[in-house]
Amino acid sequence: MSGDWPLWEVFVRSKGGLSHRHFGSVHAPDAELALRHARDTYTRRMEGVSIWVVLSAEIIASDPEQAGELFEPAADKIYRHPTFYEIPDEVKHI
Amino acid sequence: MAPSLPPIRPEDEAVAERLRPHGAFDPRSDEPHVSARFDYLLRLGDDSLILGQRLSEWCGHAPVLEVDLSLANLSLDLIGQATHLLEEAGDGDKLAFHRDVLDFRNCWLVEQPNGDFARTIARHLLFSTWQHMLFQRLTQSSDQFLREFAAKAVKEVAYHRELSSEWTIRLGDGTDESARRIADGLDWCWRFVPELFDVDETLQGLIDRGVAPDPRAFEEEYRSAIAAVLTEGNLAVPADTRPILGGRTGHHSEHLGHLLAIMQYLPRTYPDATW
Repeated sequence: MSGDWPLWEVFVRSKGGLSHRHFGSVHAPDAELALRHARDTYTRRMEGVSIWVVLSAEIIASDPEQAGELFEPAADKIYRHPTFYEIPDEVKHI
Repeated sequence: MAPSLPPIRPEDEAVAERLRPHGAFDPRSDEPHVSARFDYLLRLGDDSLILGQRLSEWCGHAPVLEVDLSLANLSLDLIGQATHLLEEAGDGDKLAFHRDVLDFRNCWLVEQPNGDFARTIARHLLFSTWQHMLFQRLTQSSDQFLREFAAKAVKEVAYHRELSSEWTIRLGDGTDESARRIADGLDWCWRFVPELFDVDETLQGLIDRGVAPDPRAFEEEYRSAIAAVLTEGNLAVPADTRPILGGRTGHHSEHLGHLLAIMQYLPRTYPDATW
């Protein structure tokens, strides 16, 4: 039965101020029930304050075959990381 | 020749008079309003307990994993409600696991077998719509415990009502098979609806004192809310048949005894078991 249903990706905002994060996926016949399935599957222990669902098929993903050209050029450019600064002790959450 | 027994002293007689009706599951006082409140706590608590137990039978058997979790969540909400209500009435565990079928005060609707998924949804739509309307009004009760209880439970039940409405619409408006199954489920459950709106002497007393809402005041609203969901799902409202009453005074269908036999087996067989 669930094989007939499309797959939906579930994003949950854990609390106000944080962004939605990918939590997993659910099967559901439509968007409304996808939200409810997501609620029952991923937020039953108070994990969230907001849910997004999106059809998995609607997500545009990068091609793993192209991983080399997409990501490798960044590997030897460590100067792009802001690691050459002294951070004062009083500054938190960096 | 009469056996020789010690004489009954007048002071013992006075004590016995005071303690008269106390059985294991009687209210803690024989004051009429205390025993009516006790009865009402059992009616509400047993509705939630028995429906929670019924839904838990789906655990591991639902059509798909997501629905399995949904039904288990509904069940846990209901068992949580029952815990609050029965603890307020007395010893919650004793009331849940050591009462016999004639002492249960739930309505007939909640003890009906699950049938297929569609019948479970039909039962839940009919019950949770009623429970939601009741709990909305129970938040105005003159009884502080019931007021606070309802304020919390009404949110859970609102979700139950939404979920069962959504599913009813989808099954009714789905395939020929799903439409037939949900229609059959509604037919099965429909005769148990009038009991939800029945007011006996006990309930009338509670209504008069502002403890319990009068269900008759929202029967029309209930019927039009159900009709609206069924219409959206291309389903007909079933015809009214002879109502079945009696759950509130301990007269139940054969199904409740079987449910209790499973639910109560462990604590009754191993009274000292802990986990």
